[in-house]
This record gives sequence, structure tokens and C-alpha cells, in this order.
Amino acid sequence: MIEKINIITSSCVPLPRENVDTDQIIPARFLKAVSREGFGENLFRDWRYDKDGKPVADFVLNNPAYSGSILVAGKNFGSGSSREHAAWAIAGYGFRVVVSSFFADIFKNNALNNGVLPVVVSESFLAELFDHIKANPASTVTVNLEAQTITDNASGKTEHFEINPYKKSCLLNGYDDIDYLLSQKQAIEEWEAKHQ
Amino acid sequence: MNTLFDKIWDAHVVTSVEGGPDQLYIDRHYCHEVTSPQAFNELRERKLSVFRPAQTTCSPDHNIPTLHQDQPIADPVSRNQVETLARNAREFGLTYYGLGNKKNGIIHVIGPEYGLTQPGMTIVCGDSHTSTHGAFGAIAFGIGTSEVAMVLASQCILQPKPKSMRINIEGKLSPGVTAKDIALYIIAQMTTGGATGYFVEYAGEAIRALSMEERMTVCNLSIEMGARGGLIAPDETTFAYVKGREFAPKGEAWDKALAYWKTLYSDADAVFDREVTFQAADIAPRITYGTNPGMGIAIDEAIPLEDTIDESSKISYRRALHYMGFEPGERLLRKKIDYVFLGSCTNGRIEDFRAFANLVKGHHKASHVTAWLVPGSQAVARQIVAEGLDRTLAEAGFEIRQPGCSACLAMNDDKVPAGKYAVSTSNRNFEGRQGPGARTILAGPLVAAAAAITGEITDPRTFL
Repeated sequence: MIEKINIITSSCVPLPRENVDTDQIIPARFLKAVSREGFGENLFRDWRYDKDGKPVADFVLNNPAYSGSILVAGKNFGSGSSREHAAWAIAGYGFRVVVSSFFADIFKNNALNNGVLPVVVSESFLAELFDHIKANPASTVTVNLEAQTITDNASGKTEHFEINPYKKSCLLNGYDDIDYLLSQKQAIEEWEAKHQ
Repeated sequence: MNTLFDKIWDAHVVTSVEGGPDQLYIDRHYCHEVTSPQAFNELRERKLSVFRPAQTTCSPDHNIPTLHQDQPIADPVSRNQVETLARNAREFGLTYYGLGNKKNGIIHVIGPEYGLTQPGMTIVCGDSHTSTHGAFGAIAFGIGTSEVAMVLASQCILQPKPKSMRINIEGKLSPGVTAKDIALYIIAQMTTGGATGYFVEYAGEAIRALSMEERMTVCNLSIEMGARGGLIAPDETTFAYVKGREFAPKGEAWDKALAYWKTLYSDADAVFDREVTFQAADIAPRITYGTNPGMGIAIDEAIPLEDTIDESSKISYRRALHYMGFEPGERLLRKKIDYVFLGSCTNGRIEDFRAFANLVKGHHKASHVTAWLVPGSQAVARQIVAEGLDRTLAEAGFEIRQPGCSACLAMNDDKVPAGKYAVSTSNRNFEGRQGPGARTILAGPLVAAAAAITGEITDPRTFL
């Protein structure tokens, strides 16, 4: 039920800020929808648009030099609220991968459940990657989920990244957790019978 | 040699996925209007029913107005979301405490009030402050909407077991220091991401001495240092609180439950992945100065200078001070403020209203301050009247609004205007959290009360 991921090569959108919380990714006033669609339009709303709704020129999403399906962000990305709308906004905008040196737990789960791959890299890899993107916005990164590697193609430097083997197989095959849980009904009922 | 957390977690593992997460059984699921509609849509798309409807309780709280709750919600988008929850609850056979219901309120306030939250349980909700329920010695944590669908469909979710941390607060708190100050102190020490990947047990003399409501405040804020959740071993304080509440076990079931609950503590030889100890005597009334809850100081301290900030955090630090309109090294005592918000799942319970009312008694609200006093639930609102706190507050120039999440996240009309300073007893000071451009200073109910009557940041100990 989720979109499969394996190998992605793309230019990147850099956001070198730390502790980007989910209130910045999608402010609370945009959480009133009852479907999953349309959140991409309001991704980073209050950084992206001023109070009159005009694009803020120096915010990266408004800079035509930067594009691609990989968002590169400072450490502790996605902290705060559990709103899955943050993952929907990122996926809805067109990102498939978020690279950072550290992710908040709930955001990481939400991203994985929506076919967005969070890739944790070292602080030094991240710092160099920001430098390379700044020097050349067209420089690319390759993420290989099967091999669990990320390559900064500007330097050729490759790092291994960790991902839970179960979640990896879900993303490679497009499965989600509900499929698994529904197959476990008997085990659930047995657990309940034992714990009454 | 098990931790409290291990005992509860291990008892709820249905299966373990090979090389993957545990399938965890969920005893109690709380549901509000913002993070659930897409989960119910998913059930419909997959033609699924709710597996154990009796284990889910719904209450709209995030979007609801805090005035005129007897009338239809004016904002059509909010109204639609609240009505959608009511419709979904009806369609899937779930308990629903809607607007006007005497049990309505912030879901994390009403769960404990009615005895739905009990020791030893696993509890989830599509809301990061679900950690509140950890105060009862339960494993309680926030989940995303996809996971809400999983719980509705199977009463289980798939979760990797987090690492364990124990935070000890030793010694006794000083007068004028509240549970909120403990939490803000811990978060400032740990930083906003410092407990990511961990489930925290709070322990030590100062924690044991807290009331249930104070424990809820401490556990509520666990997520603000990145922790998956926080919990406190249940004890006589816990049992006395739960006993007799509407959905608490009764008679023989109570005796059986109590015997089990008394086994819920970390064994003396339990090993934690990380253990941290702080001294209660080091904790003073606190405020935040920045745009995450970790950016906090004692009320009489100065904002840290830039050279004390980690190199990689300097951009965020400068950005935060710019947003807040503060200078490095500035002291915030006597700083003029515009708004005061008492409420939220962090500090919207009766003890918070008592603390606020006791401090403002005999004084008057500063004329330039707008104060929003929002009870966490209908039951809290009734108790305020029963104790006569409404009269004390009215004499001091304060009005009480109707229950809900309100200005904590400003999804309703309770928005702080751009550039204005709000002393807020809620949980997040993120940019724009209380309204676009709003500047939030997080604090406990006593600091909020002192600010409300003086109109500036004031040490509440001067009123003791």
C-alpha cells in the first residue's frame, strides 16, 4: 500500500537548521483536513510564505536553484508533535528521502509508514554534503536502500546507514504494517485469552 | 533484574517480527479529532471494522472553541473535523464524549479522571503528549495516524523496543517550585533531542513526593526531550487516586489488579541503558527564552551567551533569540508580557487552578494582560466552581473559559498575536505554536499567576 523505494539519485534541497519541529513542517492551523491530500502545499508554510501569503524569497523552497526528491536537514529533524501530517506534507511536496544526522522517533516512524526514507548520516558527512550543495546546487546524492548506502556524488564519499530489516523489506516491497497485523489475528486473540 | 518498563512491555508482546519490531498489544486507545479521520478512512477503504471498540475512547479537544460551546462551531473546517469524529465514533461503535457531554475534555485529562488510565497498561493516542498517562506506571506514548489505523484494526502496533533511561530527582523541592519546573529543568539539562530513542522512568525522593497530577505534568513533557515516553512506578499515591473512579476495577477485580500493580517497579538490580541524577535543591522556578522547550533558564538567570552554545547549534540559537526579540545575556525578570495562558494537558488540572488562584488571591490582573484560563476538562471546570475558585479568580479580574486544548496550539480562535509575549503553562514554545509570530515563554502555574498580576516576568517566590 506504500510506494516502493530502492535506488534514488537526485539533487537535494538543503535546510541546514537544527531541531526542525513538526509545527514548522506543517503548522497546526493546517491540520483540520480529513484526508491525506494537499499537505505539500503548506509544507514549511510559515518559513515559505510571509503573513500576506507571498513567497519568502530567501527560503530554500522558493529558490529555483534547488530542487529534487531529497531533503537534507540539520540534526533532530521532526521533533515535537506526533502529527503524521508532517510526513504527508513532505511526501506530498515530492520528497522521497530525508537526510539528517538525527531524527525524532515519531517522525521517523511516520515517514517510514508513508514511503519516505529517513537516512541518518554522520555529522561530518552532513556538513560536507551541505557544503557541496551550496557550492553546486545541481550536485546529486544516491541512496541505495537494498545496499543501505548513501553516496555524495560530488565527492564520491559513501556511508552505510541503518534501517530496521523489517521496515526495509516493507519499503522495498511496498508492504505496510496493517497487512502484517491483520495476518496475526489468531495470535492476538490467543494473547487476549491468556491475559483476561 | 527487570525494569518497570520491561515488565509492562514484555507482558504485552504478542509476537516479535524476525529481525524487526515487537507486535505490542494495546490496552487503551484514546482518540481525538485531528489525527484520526484519515485512519477511519483507511478502515473504510480496506473494509475493516474496529477490532475492540470498547478499548477506544474519543473526545474532541484540539479544535474546539473555549467560548459558546453550546452553539455550533463557527469555523466550518473545525466544525467538520469535530463532526467527522462524532460520525466515525457512531459508525464504528466507539465511546464518544462530544461537546456538551459532561465528560468532554482534553483526552489526556479525562482518561485519568474516569479511571480509564490504570497502572500496567499500554496506552496510545495520535498525540505526542500521551506520555502523560505514564504517571500511573503505564507505557503510554504518541503514535502517527497510520498507527492509529493499526490499533483500530488490530488493537496492536509494531514497535521496536526503546532503550531505557532512569532520571532520578533526589532530595526535596524548595517552596515555590512546581512539577513543571522539574520537567523544564530536566529538558534543559537533557536538551530537546537528548532522550530520543529512550523510554524514561522518573524516580527519586522528589518524584515519589509528587501528587498524581504533578506526576502527570512531569510525564507529559517527556516528549519534549525526545523521549518515547516517561513513566513512574505506581505506589499508594497512585492506587488512592485510581480507586473508586468510574472505570477503575471494583470489588474482587480491584484486589486482583492491585496485587498485580504492586509488582510494577524496577527491580533493585535492574540495569538501565542510561541513568541520570539531579538534585531537587538545584531546581528553581523556570522559564524558557527560546523556541524549543530545552531553551530554558531559572527565572532569575540570564539568557546564555553565544560562546556557551555548541557550534552546530549557534544558527538555531541566534534564530530563536531573533524570533523572541531577546538579547544574549539578557535577564527576563521585569520583562513586560502581554498574554497569560493557564491550561493544556500539561497544566490544566484542578491543582494548577488552585495554585494559580491562591497566588492571585487579593491581587488584581494587570490591566494590559489578556489572560486565558482554560480548564482541561468539564470535570475540572465543575471542580473549580465547587471549590469557589471561580469567585476568587473573578475578584482578581480573571474569567474562566470552557475546556479544550485552546491556545496551546491555537487551532481554535485562541491565538496570540504576532510579536506578543505569552507566559504559557502549555508544553511547546515553537515558532508560531500559539499563533503566527507569537512569542511563547513556557512556565508553571505559579510563574504564570505572578506574571498575570504584575504584567511582567516575576519570581513567584516573592508572593509566598
